Amino acid sequence: MMATPAAVRVWESELALYRRVWKSNVLGSFVQPMLYLLGMGIGVGSLVDERAGSAAQLGDVSYVAFFAPSILAVTTMMICAQDSLWPVMDGFMWSNHYRAISATPLRPADIVSGLTLWHATRSAIAATGVAAALLLLDDTRSWGLIPAVAFAVLNGLAFTLPIAAWSSTRTSDISFPAIIRFGIIPMFLFAGAFYPVDQLPAWLRPLAYVTPIYHGVELCRGAVLGTLGALDSLGHLAALGAFVVGGSLMCRRSFHRRLAT
Amino acid sequence: MSVSRAHSSGDRTDRDGRRGVPVQSADVSVRTVEPVLAGTARALISARGLVKRFGDFTAVDEIDVEVRPGEAFGFLGPNGAGKSSTMRMIGCTSDPTEGTLSVFGMDPVSQGRQIRARMGVVPQQDQLDTELTVEENLVIYGRFFDIPRAECRRRAAELIDFVQLTDRAQSKVDPLSGGMKRRVTIARSLINNPELILLDEPTTGLDPQARHVLWDKLYRLKQQGVTLVLTTHYMDEAEQLCDRLVVMDRGRIVAEGSPRQLIDQHSTREVLEMRFAADRNEASAAIVEGLGERTEVLPDRVLVYANDGEAALSAAHGRGADPESALVRRSTLEDVFLRLTGRTLVE
Repeated sequence: MMATPAAVRVWESELALYRRVWKSNVLGSFVQPMLYLLGMGIGVGSLVDERAGSAAQLGDVSYVAFFAPSILAVTTMMICAQDSLWPVMDGFMWSNHYRAISATPLRPADIVSGLTLWHATRSAIAATGVAAALLLLDDTRSWGLIPAVAFAVLNGLAFTLPIAAWSSTRTSDISFPAIIRFGIIPMFLFAGAFYPVDQLPAWLRPLAYVTPIYHGVELCRGAVLGTLGALDSLGHLAALGAFVVGGSLMCRRSFHRRLAT
Repeated sequence: MSVSRAHSSGDRTDRDGRRGVPVQSADVSVRTVEPVLAGTARALISARGLVKRFGDFTAVDEIDVEVRPGEAFGFLGPNGAGKSSTMRMIGCTSDPTEGTLSVFGMDPVSQGRQIRARMGVVPQQDQLDTELTVEENLVIYGRFFDIPRAECRRRAAELIDFVQLTDRAQSKVDPLSGGMKRRVTIARSLINNPELILLDEPTTGLDPQARHVLWDKLYRLKQQGVTLVLTTHYMDEAEQLCDRLVVMDRGRIVAEGSPRQLIDQHSTREVLEMRFAADRNEASAAIVEGLGERTEVLPDRVLVYANDGEAALSAAHGRGADPESALVRRSTLEDVFLRLTGRTLVE
């Protein structure tokens, strides 16, 4: 019989834990994007669309069309960032789930692979939910939603791996709220989800460009609106890929250090 | 004795082969071990000059250990003696700093996965997913070994029965008592039919009754031929469970033998314990000095090591010692430890 890949065995254990909470969790990952969509897209959108010149600045689309695809990337960012903080610390310190795994034939690197696979799954489920909502809107009903879901998953992992690399070195969660407050929320607000980054003062723009979410949003939006150029998409994919690969290497090292010293 | 154990080890290897866990045959691996101490069976674990350092701190300081198949082997010592560090090296989750170590004849650094596949680990702290049921915990753990799900369920039912938790199989782990959680952990460590189980402080924090239940389970495992390696700072646990043990102190092994041998070697047959009025210990010790082979003054009592405790007590009365209470008991490993290190085990 063929062996089950190590990452899948770790993934199964995450799934088993998730099955306990999936109802409230899935509901949450649907409801929150809906609220953004209604509140920002429809509410703010009606204001923006009435202002002369707005459409041109948004790339000749309505505000909903501009904003709604970014929710795909924002959602996976939120889920993956959260789940790479406390749940990872839990694996090392509270439930000691990762320590239990390290006593089996699985290696620390397998745990990282399993975590990656699991977050990809969570991201895919959540992004599919958002995509289903976007199907309901005339402005965003597009075949591009399919690649956009894949981009959103990659975007999520670009948060998972660097953040898990950090949280796996911590022995206290004292820094975690600050990461959300001063890392994730500003990215959410300033990296192109709500308005084009061009609207930022010139000195602030480079800061937006070095965040994963900027590239995730650009990919999702470009895919849904059909405006994605080949060169641009390669650039954005390379940026996200760098976060994933770099984060993954750091994670493997820190998981190994934590579990095998 | 060694011959029958060698056989039972071989049988377990067959079982391993059948269950499809990717293991190397124990027979092949053990033959590669260098000849061990004269008169001992093939070593399951063999350490020579084993050292573990964390920065400047030396947790394990050049220890030599041989564990034979089928025996129950203990590391006895106070907290911080280096027991857990040693266990983690044997469990292949911590690389030795110096020295050689082989488990099942393999190298823990390069063959950790193969070794861990044949080993069960009961860590000091339970590492259960408390939101999941007892059965789910076992099945998930079995999957880490790549045991098929249906087989995991079959084994889980068997093991849950073995630790007498069948009526709780479908309940969450969270509300279970400490002793029950410990039993779940032990059941879980058996899911891969291990030939060797490492138990780090298996009964610390449990009430006396729960400890006895656990000891009974461990004893049964030993009877089935499973090799047990455990750490403890309880001398009664060491006496109950261990065929052979080493006494560790500050990273070093200070004595080795069966509980009986250690007591015979390092203590007298009996101990006379006397309690005196406050601050009278030192003075009273001077009075009874020489009544036994040795006198120890502890904060709360004076111990006289003598082969005949009752005789020592009458002699003490004869010399005018006036203890508030006195008792005569047999020597224990606690006394051995006190003798060897000048300190008590549980401080």
